[in-house]
Amino acid sequence: MIINHPLLGPRDAQEFTYLGDASLIHRPDWQGEDASGQFHDYLYLRDNPAGQHRELWFHEVGDRSWLVVTRNTLTHEISNVELARDVARREGRGK
Amino acid sequence: MRYSGIRVIKEALSGHKGWGPLWRDPEPKPHYDFVIIGGGGHGLATAYYLAREFGESRIAVLERGWIGGGNVGRNTTIIRSNYLLDGNEPFYEFSLKLWEGLEQDFNFNAMVSQRGILNLVHTDAQRDAARRRGNAMILNGSDAELLDTEGVRKLYPFLNFDNARFPIKGGLLHRRGGTVRHDAVAWGYARGADQRGVDIIQNCEATGFKIEDGKCLGVETTRGFIGAGQVGVSVAGSSSRVMALAGMRLPMESHVLQAFVSEGLKPVLPGVITYGAGHFYCSQSDKGGLVFGGDIDGYNSYAQRGNLPVIEDVAEGGISLIPALGRVRLLRAWGGIMDMSMDGSPIIDNTHIEGLSFNGGWCYGGFKATPAAGWCFAHLLKTGQPHETATAYRFDRFRRGYMIDEKGQGAQPNLH
Repeated sequence: MIINHPLLGPRDAQEFTYLGDASLIHRPDWQGEDASGQFHDYLYLRDNPAGQHRELWFHEVGDRSWLVVTRNTLTHEISNVELARDVARREGRGK
Repeated sequence: MRYSGIRVIKEALSGHKGWGPLWRDPEPKPHYDFVIIGGGGHGLATAYYLAREFGESRIAVLERGWIGGGNVGRNTTIIRSNYLLDGNEPFYEFSLKLWEGLEQDFNFNAMVSQRGILNLVHTDAQRDAARRRGNAMILNGSDAELLDTEGVRKLYPFLNFDNARFPIKGGLLHRRGGTVRHDAVAWGYARGADQRGVDIIQNCEATGFKIEDGKCLGVETTRGFIGAGQVGVSVAGSSSRVMALAGMRLPMESHVLQAFVSEGLKPVLPGVITYGAGHFYCSQSDKGGLVFGGDIDGYNSYAQRGNLPVIEDVAEGGISLIPALGRVRLLRAWGGIMDMSMDGSPIIDNTHIEGLSFNGGWCYGGFKATPAAGWCFAHLLKTGQPHETATAYRFDRFRRGYMIDEKGQGAQPNLH
């Protein structure tokens, strides 16, 4: 697989490590009500779709940026790559 | 029809005209006491033990494609009982004992071959870990033997003992481990279940569950609605997809694991060996091909095929351990979809929906578990209670903090 890095251009997927579903960007509020239940769901439960999947990849042997890659889990086709920082800000994460 | 040596001779003398199909091809009935979704090794074994061990007969197995077309036909055929943790080892020992009697039990030649598994160690720390695991195995009724370098050399003189980076310091030998003809496992269970009245319904995909007031009443399928007293889901690889039909999210990701077969060689490898310093394990099939595999590719996938970097990694591991393989040609490579759970261990449990139970999350270890998983899932479906060797395989272990994490990797499915 080739990941088209938004800053560096096309890079071999071997340069990256894989974390998982991009929903991991949204860490629950540890002071919220039912925080332990929310952290259980956050840490352990996954949608695990067959089809389009937004996922976090880390450019470990490159520029060490986190990316959100949209990839089809049935074909491995990558349709979109963004910096995870941009996605997080757009989706309301403060830092 | 019972298979026997006399039967083979009789058929040989009468032109082999008496062999019939191994199982019927029935139309689905409107209602069964038990409906198993998934006609793989686990699903068929579940139906078999429900019928044989628990005396049930109104049972159906629903399969989207053809039986045995999933992971039971895509693995590297290894059976073993060499786990460390209490939640696992009694279960896998139960499974290995069932393997040992399986062929007589279901009257089918599954070519169970206890040729021994050797886990190589390359450092002092690995040797200590192997000793600890061996002790845990022995305490749970399994067998284990710690070999030193010379002991390994006697069994496998052609390994790369003097590798400067990863010298072979010894290995943990599990003599009762071995290999099985994997397709025959599916066929043997299917035939045994069919003979006891189980309807095996192929080309029948589950498309939904009928759930009313928190109770599952049956399964919507591409061949119409099938009512059920109890529904069991056993669809490794597709677990998240099927359970999503019941509104559940599971603690697992689907990943692709690749495996490989070389061209046929004369006998070179008497048992199963695993490399302790790279991702490579290998055995030789009775046809002569080296059957080997490595690690999962590491990203979510439902594609049943992987990418080249893992093939390269596995080949490097193989050559590093057995330099003599340098000129062996790869014949086939394929991928299977694994339910990678959050702690690397499976789930056999009831769900919060009455009448709906689940068996899955086997990671890349489901094949060796087939007999015991079938038995324990049948026990759960029949009695509502977990079998004594499967009490730890619960959904709520993550919430309660009782993970069964053999590798100690935490909630990161691609590292298990």
